Amino acid sequence: MDHAALSERTKEAQDHPEATLMLLRELVAHLRQNRTQLREEWARRITEAQLLTAMTREEIFIEATSVYDNYIEVLETGSVEALQAYARNLSERIIPRGVETHEVVGIVLLLRDVLARSLFAKYQTDFAKLNRILDAYEPAANRIANTVAVGFVQERERIIRQQQEAIRELSTPVLQVRERLLILPIIGVIDPQRARQLTEQLLRGIRTNRAKVVVIDITGVPSVDATVANHLVQTVDASRLMGANVIVTGLSSEIAQTLVTIGVDLSKINAIGDLQGGIEEAERLLGYKVLMALEAQNQKNVG
Amino acid sequence: MITSGVDIVIARQEGRQLALKLGFSDVDQIVIATAISEVARNIVEYAKEGEIHISRVVNGSKKGIQIVAVDRGPGISDLAQAMQVGYTTGRGLGLGLPGAKRLMDEFDVQSTVGRGTRVTMRKWVS
Amino acid sequence: MRVPILKQGDYLIASIQSALSDEDLLQLRDDLAEQVGRYRSKAAIVDVTVLDVMDSFAVRTVRAIAHMIRLRGAETVIVGIQPEVAFSMVQLGLTLGDVATALDLEEGLAYLNQQSRES
Repeated sequence: MDHAALSERTKEAQDHPEATLMLLRELVAHLRQNRTQLREEWARRITEAQLLTAMTREEIFIEATSVYDNYIEVLETGSVEALQAYARNLSERIIPRGVETHEVVGIVLLLRDVLARSLFAKYQTDFAKLNRILDAYEPAANRIANTVAVGFVQERERIIRQQQEAIRELSTPVLQVRERLLILPIIGVIDPQRARQLTEQLLRGIRTNRAKVVVIDITGVPSVDATVANHLVQTVDASRLMGANVIVTGLSSEIAQTLVTIGVDLSKINAIGDLQGGIEEAERLLGYKVLMALEAQNQKNVG
Repeated sequence: MITSGVDIVIARQEGRQLALKLGFSDVDQIVIATAISEVARNIVEYAKEGEIHISRVVNGSKKGIQIVAVDRGPGISDLAQAMQVGYTTGRGLGLGLPGAKRLMDEFDVQSTVGRGTRVTMRKWVS
Repeated sequence: MRVPILKQGDYLIASIQSALSDEDLLQLRDDLAEQVGRYRSKAAIVDVTVLDVMDSFAVRTVRAIAHMIRLRGAETVIVGIQPEVAFSMVQLGLTLGDVATALDLEEGLAYLNQQSRES
């Protein structure tokens, strides 16, 4: 069917909306009447095409039924909302089982073919009517295929993003080295998104570990500019709101001076040269040194 | 409909609920609720009465939340100044608009003196 | 919804139970100021664990509470600010100034006890 003929047909559908509605109703009735055999035909074709191999025949049939009924509902109501919800739900369930995009697109197109052929069979004696029915059917069928495919792809993308997020979290652990002391070693470039994620992780870490002191080590951050410094200040402020003290290590005095010159307010940052020094300061803040000194004293007195 | 402090709480709770439904993270839900609180507060303090419309918005494959705050209050005469951080009309911090802008992804203010103000802001699910 | 205030020795503890309207917060401010005066409390702890939003008004009012309580010779400790709330607050540019904060009630009390030991 060439493009000229196609556009002419849809134009006719546009000019006679009531007629289109009636045809759709007839179409829906036909699909309902032949529900059983059309579903079976479709399930058979799915297996033949070796799609959805990750699922059992019973599962395929159950999903096929749902898709079929949703299909009819779209043709009947013109609304894809229920189908969208179903597509998302279905995708959520089958993606972890390894079903791929081409399979989902494939089965929807197969259903479109199965239904189209049954229309050919039914109206083969009335070519004009067949044309009009197809005029009504095709845009709807295409919209359905599109909705399901897009729904599946979006769900896939969402899951991939989730996994990426999980990987990012794993790669920047918030370490609890002593009671009430957290260390956050940052390595690599900090873009705004990562900075935000680090801050969120740290703040949640403060709550979970009941941290009173946090040491943020930025030795491994290649470039510290005003943006990074501001993120740091925000993180320090937010940590303090949760009752935790923050020590920043790895911020050389040269860089600090540069930042102050640009106008970044570093006064709130307790900066200490290296990580070791930072941990010692943290322990001092937590009162560890005092305890240890007292113990040493006791040992001396006892011995 | 926003006319009092209680309505501010309701508006941000509604915002939070929609944000939850749209799949925003915990942090983003609260960021959105806070932004709503700030603009709603602006209405209560300066315009006495206004409306907040919270809705879902879609752009291609992105989906997000849109908040439109409308009032028929005195309007803002110098928008640029109002959007500066720390600007105050003497009512305390007055951080409403610039603060909300920092919290959201998209932010737009239209205001006419004597006619009112319209704030439109959006945040996308990341 | 009036915020219940408990007296625990020299301290007052105000535990916020649910989302607060502006009036509720102002009421809390007045109640705390009055009770700190009445009982000559050394400090007041305000537990905001349940608050899911702290906007500019809430922060203004908390600072006002701390100011009024300091005028009566007592200290204020805000406890229970949640990670998401802390994040939003700093994004908004809101600070609590020099008002003390602690992770939760337990930490808040530990902080106050340590303060009184040192003084």
